[in-house]
Amino acid sequence: MSENGTFPRMTGTEFTPEWFENVSVNRSAAERRAASLPGRRTVKKDHQAAWLARAITCIDLTTLAGDDTAGRVQRLCAKARQPLRPDLLAALGLEMLTVGAVCVYPTMVPHAVKALDGSGIPVASVATGFPAGLTPLPLRLAEIRYAVDQGAAEIDIVITREQALTGNWAALYDEIRQMREACGDAHMKAILATGDLKTLTNVYKASMVAMQAGADFIKTSTGKEEVNATLPVSLTMVRALRDFGDRTGQRVGFKPAGGLKTAKDAMNWLILMKEEMGSRWCMPDLFRIGASSMLGDIERQLEHHVTGRYSAANRHALA
Amino acid sequence: MTIKDLMQTMDYGPAPESATEALAWIADRPVIGHFINGRFTAPEGEMAEVVNPATDAVLTRVGLGTVAEVDAAVQAARAAFPKWAALPGHDRARYLYALARHVQKRERFLSVLETLDNGKTIRESRDIDVPLVARHFYHHAGWAELMADEFPGHSALGVCGQIIPWNFPLLMLAWKVAPALAAGNTVVLKPADLTPLTAYAFAEICAEIGLPPGVLNIVNGDGATGALIAGHEGVAKVAFTGSTEVGRVIRRQIAGSGKKLSLELGGKSPFIVFEDADLDAAVEGVVDAIWFNQGEVCCAGSRILVQEGVAPRFFDRLRKRMETLRIGDPLDKTMDVGAVVSRKQLARIHGLLAQAEAEGATLHRAPVQMPAQGAFCAPGFLTGTAPAHTVSQTEIFGPVATTLTFRTPDEAITLANDTRYGLAASVWSQNIDRAIEVAAKVKAGVVWINATNIFDAGAPFGGYRESGYGREGGRAGMREYLAAPARPGKPRPDPAPLSGVAPHAGKADRAGIDVTAKLYIGGKQTRADGGQSYTATGKGGVALGQAALANRKDVRNAVEAAGKASGWGGVTAHNRAQVLYFLAENLSQRAEEFTAALAACGTPKPAEEVAATLRRAFWYAAQADKFDGAVTATKSNHVTLTVNEPFGTMGLIAPDEAPLLGLMSLILPAIAMGNRVVAVASQSHPLIATRLYQVLETSDIPGGVVNLLTGARDELAKTLAEHDDVAALWYCGSASGVAMVETASAGNLKPVWTDQGLTRDWLDPAQGQGREFLHRAVQVKTIWLPYGA
Repeated sequence: MSENGTFPRMTGTEFTPEWFENVSVNRSAAERRAASLPGRRTVKKDHQAAWLARAITCIDLTTLAGDDTAGRVQRLCAKARQPLRPDLLAALGLEMLTVGAVCVYPTMVPHAVKALDGSGIPVASVATGFPAGLTPLPLRLAEIRYAVDQGAAEIDIVITREQALTGNWAALYDEIRQMREACGDAHMKAILATGDLKTLTNVYKASMVAMQAGADFIKTSTGKEEVNATLPVSLTMVRALRDFGDRTGQRVGFKPAGGLKTAKDAMNWLILMKEEMGSRWCMPDLFRIGASSMLGDIERQLEHHVTGRYSAANRHALA
Repeated sequence: MTIKDLMQTMDYGPAPESATEALAWIADRPVIGHFINGRFTAPEGEMAEVVNPATDAVLTRVGLGTVAEVDAAVQAARAAFPKWAALPGHDRARYLYALARHVQKRERFLSVLETLDNGKTIRESRDIDVPLVARHFYHHAGWAELMADEFPGHSALGVCGQIIPWNFPLLMLAWKVAPALAAGNTVVLKPADLTPLTAYAFAEICAEIGLPPGVLNIVNGDGATGALIAGHEGVAKVAFTGSTEVGRVIRRQIAGSGKKLSLELGGKSPFIVFEDADLDAAVEGVVDAIWFNQGEVCCAGSRILVQEGVAPRFFDRLRKRMETLRIGDPLDKTMDVGAVVSRKQLARIHGLLAQAEAEGATLHRAPVQMPAQGAFCAPGFLTGTAPAHTVSQTEIFGPVATTLTFRTPDEAITLANDTRYGLAASVWSQNIDRAIEVAAKVKAGVVWINATNIFDAGAPFGGYRESGYGREGGRAGMREYLAAPARPGKPRPDPAPLSGVAPHAGKADRAGIDVTAKLYIGGKQTRADGGQSYTATGKGGVALGQAALANRKDVRNAVEAAGKASGWGGVTAHNRAQVLYFLAENLSQRAEEFTAALAACGTPKPAEEVAATLRRAFWYAAQADKFDGAVTATKSNHVTLTVNEPFGTMGLIAPDEAPLLGLMSLILPAIAMGNRVVAVASQSHPLIATRLYQVLETSDIPGGVVNLLTGARDELAKTLAEHDDVAALWYCGSASGVAMVETASAGNLKPVWTDQGLTRDWLDPAQGQGREFLHRAVQVKTIWLPYGA
């Protein structure tokens, strides 16, 4: 169990369209399941505190803005090292807590690597012409290699939506395969931009292709689409990675990103992971949350847990 | 465990809903009495314990209503009726609106109370039962407001005796009370003796909002009290939800009383999973079908039918899904399955499961940790069950489904319909053609496509076959609580004894060539099985000729022939209309002959009768493609269809008055809607019917669609009423005959429509024709089609 129970890195498979060609996802059923989950499960008191602390360890603390600077990234990294006030940490009986990773643009990777030196927190970099992914493939691959070269341990790639939208799954597989090779030892998260794919059936198929091509994680969104992570989309992706695991024995992680802002969101997604996949998929090596503002809300909730008083944002350090 | 440990285990931990307020309310009520004429009365009779099935704790005691208490409640309801019925719809709407609002204001309290009393999970009582209760009162506040506009000429019935079950105590109260009050009826309601608490709280809400005394009365009690209510002569309508067995008892008990009856009974509803279904969606569907409310759901998808190719995968996923089911304290917000309603019910479930295993089935149970106390039943499903096994036919009413595999869509439909019941069905396929075909062919009052157990106050709910009749919800539900405009009529006499087979020595009106006495079965003129005939006499006792004397074997043959003509329901309404027009055309060519024959029978206005028959044929031909269902506004992203479906084979017992028009007034609407009929002609004037054979033969009516019998009316009516393959019966005979057919109909619980033994003026379209006839010729099927890409 937990981070300690390591497993072999996933390798992907040959392109195997028969695993997804005939799949059809029923949206209304997925929506019903997603809607009923928060009503079926809840976590209170110490359990809730533990779940929120667990959520912190799964956060990819992210800044992906045009005005990012070295200073901004350093601030974020400082927060990543100490996401929770020490007094709160102590009150919860925890010694150490860090976020899952810091996620930045490729040119910000060196700043992040420097700022996180010795923390054990990996730096994740978006790459491949994020967020649209429409720069030429050689440039996209070069961008991956650049970020890895600068010290990124995780690469969040974006898929070519056109290939998914036109059903050109073989081409999509080939591209992602090449990206995975470019990543080398760095773990690859494949962003499906599900808000662009629209149908859950597309989401399932794109998930399966990304996994066959060797994605270590499948991730919902860039955060820049009109609709970002939703529970029905996440349910569909998680079921795809379960099916992939059932067929291959390989473990794939899941990362919802975009639109997750509150502690309640964190709980809902953890409940989804636990119900569909079990507790193992609530750990940061198999589950990440791409978020920037969620941490602040979790801090306030945890302070409330400790003190019994509702907290304020200015009592917690900025990212 | 420390927070650090919990970060590893990620356990849910306890999340109890507080019962403090509800328990305090219960503690203040050590005895649950009755609510009669606006007052809470101490019970006079015996008491029963009210137990929390999750803890075995005795919560309080409830009175079992006595003869005097039931009588007091009915008298109060009768006294309140005239004023309540006379209120403008808007005023009744205000009361119903207040009830809806007050339920919402107490949603937490009512949810907890329901969970304490019934054992269902707080998630369900909070997220499903109570919101639907409020929705039901809002919806029916609307019907109260609109009644005069939407149901012109209709009026309230009087006192409604309503008997509800323990599986959805407050929701079933809402389904019964809301339409009754909206229509202007007053009510005597009996909650289940196992679960009286929320109804009592509801009575307090009624008192609080100032509902006039006597409009709603609640008498607690068990089956004996229920029988007193159903049998009370002051009750005009009986509505019952519960077991098919008790439904039969009630049907017999009130036969011939003139009381309107609606029954919502048992089910063994198919849950059909095709190979192209979204299997994860279907697995989750099973959770919402049979593991919902501990499987104590009349419409639960309790027979899972899976296409063979995907069955192993589906069952694997189902087993896997069971691993995460949580069973335990129903007040805990993280529980999927609570307690069944009582230890007695639990023992019954266990008995059936043991029998299933003895018959060779394998029980797959969720690997749950069972609570130490309380009436809990581990959810599960059975494999290796065959249609012949007891559990495939009998309602388990617990959280365990049977399973079967099928090869083709045809086989799925055959297996789905291989049941006495017909309450609901659930169809899982991503292929819309297939899903809708199954929805059309499955015999069930409610069909969910890629969904299950979805309800809305605007969507009619009710069964086919032995699942009962009448609908709850929507326009169809309102009709159950309304009386059609009153019409005049004299009591019909019992039929005169048949003149028998002995040669007739009196005067005879002899034709040139003698006419053979035959029946019309399966499109052919056939001799009576018994080889007997009887003499039909006309004016002044003149013998007009002989008619075949049909017996029960002829009825059997006619029903069989009707059963084989199943294509009639599938032809287009346009085609059926064409046949009706052609029938009129052919009849009009022989108008003179029929006029003369009617005159010989002694009917007062023979020419008018023939002309009216022709007009009537046109009217129902016109209606054939216009008496439509509807698309009902329920939930967003759902198309909810209400379809008017023919029953199949109907028995029609024609009146003696207007021997041609009376008979055709029954046949025409029935076949226009796609039914096949076995009609018993006027006993006194059978020769009019025998002349019709030739008209039917020349009118392109497929053989078996109309079968005509002549003979002893009530003997044939009884055989038809008892026949399990006759789906509905119309009876236009005497009052004693009404009682007889209503009693006999209890076998397969076919709906029986009578004119209460009162003659009609069939020439008057207001009495002998109309939408009421069409409504009675169809059963409403509600099809839920959620959508989204």
